[in-house]
Amino acid sequence: MPNRVDRASFAGEETMPDSGGLSIEVDGLRLRYGTTEVLHGVSFQVRRGEVLALLGPNGAGKTSTIEILEGFRMRSAGRVDVLGVDPALGTEHWRARMGIVLQSWRDHPKWRVRELLAFQGSLYAPYSTPVIRRPWDVDDLLAAVGLAEQADRPIKVLSGGQRRRLDVAIGLVGRPELVFLDEPTTGLDPKARRDFHALVRRIRDEFEATVLITTHDLDEAEKLADRIIILAEGGIVADGTPSQLTRQIAGHDEVSWVHGGARQVRHVADSTAFARGLFARDGNSIRELEIRRATLEDAYLALVRNAEQAAAHPAEVAPEPDGASR
Amino acid sequence: MTAVAPALRAGVGRGLIELRQAFTGMELVNQLLWPVATLAAVFFLRDIAIGSTGYRLGTIILPGALGMFVALGALLVVQQLAADREDGTLLRAKASPNGIRAYLVGKLVQISATILAYLAIILIPGVFLVSGLEIADPTSWITFAWVLLLGLVATQTIGAMLGSVVATPRGAGYLSLPVLGLIAISGIFAPITGLPDWLQWIAQVFPVYWLGLGMRAAFLPDEAAIVEIGESWRHLETAAVLGAWAVVGLVLAPVVLRRMARRESGSSVARRRERAMQRVG
Ligand SMILES: Nc1ncnc2c1ncn2[C@@H]1O[C@H](COP(=O)(O)OP(=O)(O)OP(=O)(O)O)[C@@H](O)[C@H]1O
Ligand SMILES: [Mg+2]
Repeated sequence: MPNRVDRASFAGEETMPDSGGLSIEVDGLRLRYGTTEVLHGVSFQVRRGEVLALLGPNGAGKTSTIEILEGFRMRSAGRVDVLGVDPALGTEHWRARMGIVLQSWRDHPKWRVRELLAFQGSLYAPYSTPVIRRPWDVDDLLAAVGLAEQADRPIKVLSGGQRRRLDVAIGLVGRPELVFLDEPTTGLDPKARRDFHALVRRIRDEFEATVLITTHDLDEAEKLADRIIILAEGGIVADGTPSQLTRQIAGHDEVSWVHGGARQVRHVADSTAFARGLFARDGNSIRELEIRRATLEDAYLALVRNAEQAAAHPAEVAPEPDGASR
Repeated sequence: MTAVAPALRAGVGRGLIELRQAFTGMELVNQLLWPVATLAAVFFLRDIAIGSTGYRLGTIILPGALGMFVALGALLVVQQLAADREDGTLLRAKASPNGIRAYLVGKLVQISATILAYLAIILIPGVFLVSGLEIADPTSWITFAWVLLLGLVATQTIGAMLGSVVATPRGAGYLSLPVLGLIAISGIFAPITGLPDWLQWIAQVFPVYWLGLGMRAAFLPDEAAIVEIGESWRHLETAAVLGAWAVVGLVLAPVVLRRMARRESGSSVARRRERAMQRVG
């Protein structure tokens, strides 16, 4: 296949200058719209080749954060560094190293799919290097996002999910070192979603791309992300691997069973020990024992709820995340 | 590494794709509407005499209309910029390396070619409709060429600046009113010397009048200048005014456009779309 990076040569050569293996560095980022402050002091880093999922409720400021990183929006305060450059001062060369999938696109309605992808690709050709061959071969990319059959259709007749696949393809056509994906899988069917996940892994493995993705699908975040950041109430409320976040609310495995005809439910820290005790006490009359491990969703809901309570009543912060009990 | 030449090439390719879109399907009907209507006006006015000059109105209108269509390039730029901002096409350009540059080149290529098509639609049948056009004389075409070139640059850069200020397709629609007014006082459809002095002065500030004059100078016999201001084709003044607008446009348009593009973001496009939906719903 043309234009594909040779893995061996890739590993052997230097890529672009970067700041100590970091693709993104954000420190004390603040953003105000008029009098309301959407972000108050957000700090995080993304290493090169890392897939970071940015989660958070509607209106948390995910899109705003990404737009600042893309250089589309001015910040109110704080230091931001993307691929070694302040996005507010980014050059065309800097821009050529990243791919952008916005939360919603409906541009170029009259263009045909292949036309637009080829045109976008041509903009990246001057930035091709021996290490990173730009652009991505159009037919290869169309096949990768499952749009080969629609290649010659006008964009305006694509279905919502097909349009989304095209957006992803355009975001990747420049063989970006860093990809911003703002809710890339909204509207994708399960198959397309799985293909998309494979594609993200492919760009990470094949050309060590750094990926910053937002999503409301926690399953997806868990599957794709090396690390998750949860944004709520203008700040970061959690930052860690999916399993670290889930473990934060350990103590919230849900154990349920039937005893003496009645269903019992407990939320416990160590479900294994609890079950052992349960059987030791009245092992013979326990029926229908079920243990549900705390999920990322439980952790997410607990962390966000906590942040919201803390914001509403700053004095009485509930110290313990409380996911599954009611 | 210089990426200017590839960006220009990409821009030309982009312009040709847009051009094809502009002349296929229903778009073609829209494109033909105004040139054909103009041609019809020329046809009906072809035998009306202008005072005792011996010239026919149709003969005067036809070259003037060529100038008018060059000037309308400004409106085309405004309309297309507004539409491209609304649907995020401009934002896409901004998100890509040298995207804005390629976008602009594409726009200029496509609109210039569209205008050339308009001119051909009017001129080719026109020479059979009216008498007295000097199309066999090479100097006619030399004048035509430099007036056209200055005119395309002047009006489209003005259009780009106006389009940066006008944010919505609706605003672009409002803008066509003053432009139509300007055309009305610019001596396209009747000799400007019939207008009050102060209107003549206003008209002479803007390129429309000079484009009309330049095109008449190109295709009408020298004696026809008697219906013009100063009874002269005023080549020098034409070149000076159109040239001044072109230079101002070339210097300022990129600055204004870049400032406008800097404000574009996903949320600004989304907000504009919401407002547009509210207007409809
Ligand atoms: N241009 C703007 N002017 C004023 N307020 C804005 C603007 N853009 C965004 N906001 C506000 O900033 C907050 C954060 O918005 P943002 O789009 O970043 O949220 P998000 O986390 O991406 O949400 P979602 O999950 O719904 O996409 C919201 O309250 C929104 O209303
Ligand atoms: Mg968002």
